[in-house]
Amino acid sequence: MSEAPPVATRGLVKRYGEIVAVDHVDLTVEPGDVFGYLGPNGAGKTTSLRMMLGLIRPTEGSVQLFGRDPLRDGAKALQGVAGFVEGPAFYPYLSGRRNLRLLADYDDGDSRSRIDEVLELVELADRAKDKVGGYSHGMRQRLGIAAALLRSPRLLLLDEPTTGLDPAGMRDMRDLVRRLAGEGLTVLLSSHLLGEVEELCNRVAIIQKGRIVYEGSLGELLASAASGYRLRSPEPERARAVCRAQTGVEQVTSVDGEVRFQADEQSVGALSIALGQARIAVTALVPQTASLEELFLDLTEGEAQPEEAVA
Amino acid sequence: MSAVAKVYRWEIAKLLAQKRTYLGLGSAMLVPLVFVIVLVLQTGGPNDVPLGRYIRDTGLAVPFVVLFFMSIWGFPLITALVAGDIVAAESHNATLKTILTRSRERGEVFVGKVLASFSYTLVVVVAMGVVGLAAGSIAWGFHPLTSLSGTKVSAAHGLALLAASLGVYVLPLVGIAAFGLMLSTITRNSAASVVGTLMWALLMQLLGVLPGTESIRPYLLGAQFEAWHGFLRVPADWTPVIRALWVCALYIGIPLFAAYVVFLRRDVAAE
Repeated sequence: MSEAPPVATRGLVKRYGEIVAVDHVDLTVEPGDVFGYLGPNGAGKTTSLRMMLGLIRPTEGSVQLFGRDPLRDGAKALQGVAGFVEGPAFYPYLSGRRNLRLLADYDDGDSRSRIDEVLELVELADRAKDKVGGYSHGMRQRLGIAAALLRSPRLLLLDEPTTGLDPAGMRDMRDLVRRLAGEGLTVLLSSHLLGEVEELCNRVAIIQKGRIVYEGSLGELLASAASGYRLRSPEPERARAVCRAQTGVEQVTSVDGEVRFQADEQSVGALSIALGQARIAVTALVPQTASLEELFLDLTEGEAQPEEAVA
Repeated sequence: MSAVAKVYRWEIAKLLAQKRTYLGLGSAMLVPLVFVIVLVLQTGGPNDVPLGRYIRDTGLAVPFVVLFFMSIWGFPLITALVAGDIVAAESHNATLKTILTRSRERGEVFVGKVLASFSYTLVVVVAMGVVGLAAGSIAWGFHPLTSLSGTKVSAAHGLALLAASLGVYVLPLVGIAAFGLMLSTITRNSAASVVGTLMWALLMQLLGVLPGTESIRPYLLGAQFEAWHGFLRVPADWTPVIRALWVCALYIGIPLFAAYVVFLRRDVAAE
């Protein structure tokens, strides 16, 4: 059982009539991952998460959390799993603390003994007596994290945890996620914010119109899109001539007084030696990498769905 | 504490934190009080209803008379207010997903809700009985009761008959609660469930008074509200009581089973 990955979905499909919200999604989240589930609004992120948590039934395919299927094993499949989809929801007429007490009683184990600790952690201890109906959006998000942490989860599923937060709230939330991940928690985090994913996640899956268009490490994704090199020199004309003469260096152009070219790493190494031998000073020789944003737009380009599509 | 007991306890706590709970409970307690006050101030009385003509003889008669008036739509409405809301409100607030992503199985959550809404039904009926008895006894004393057969029964015996009558009177109301729970689970809409449940209860009453329905009349839900009359005969007539037991079991069991199946399988998604 301990060998099974925290999340493994195979051929996951959810149809609503004609609409295919999630289309044969295969995802594997390994222990210790901070996994970014990235996609535009309406791409199927929340629907996927709902299936993972056993809230909705897949039309096809399966979900396994640590080897357990929520559809087959019910609440037992959620042992060691916590999180929220589409914003945490609480009883507005109960206080923050009573909401947590209620949820602790819905848990197996000793969630109750951790209430004070998690309230401190999300900095809600002062407002715990107030009714949740009077909480701001950010406070509810934090209470959502607190409610999830009550369970001492090994896997945290968070659906757009920073959506609707102000910049300081976003920073705090990201710090918290980073800290939890640092403590060895596996996190699956859905987001449409590229910066957030770039900042927090080691692996990503990009979903578009219900289909996974990329799954893998963030580093590899960024490396796969290395789109050439920039060279700066006080003698751009001579530098350009050397580049042109160098084997393996292609598409040499001049832009804004810089030389730009395509080459593999080995050819760039050889080029630097050739420039040295030709006694041409180099002030900068840098790989140009596409930002995650550019990659994301490339992968999802022209296929943005309207916001009101099934989330 | 078992898992279901914990869910049940919190369902009660949630009811106690909501205004609609007190609206229903308060009405159930206010009706007998107003009833007694009006009869104290006025002459005449509800002579056409069972025990109505003896209402000023003993406070014991008051709850029985109020039972009759409340069965038409008062108690069905109070019951529907809570039973129709108990699942739908969680859909509306999106809290269903919160509690269904913990360690409780859907079945356990469902049973907790069923028990809570049935408990509420019992509590409002008992509260009406207690307030009616107290107000009536203050106004007219706690004296022997005249049975439906015309014989007197002692006050102590009358009290036991009242308890038994309230017990059997709760059954059709629980049937209404079960129907409300079913609508609440299926429609996920509190208002639709409350109104739908009340309409269903009224339809059951209407069917009972239409011509040509004589043969099915004893098996309609509305008729079971009169089953307690059996206790007030000397000797007691068990026929309507026993019929109420099995007829109500069907009115409770069928919608409850439907609601259970839907609750176990339903998608918990945005409304």
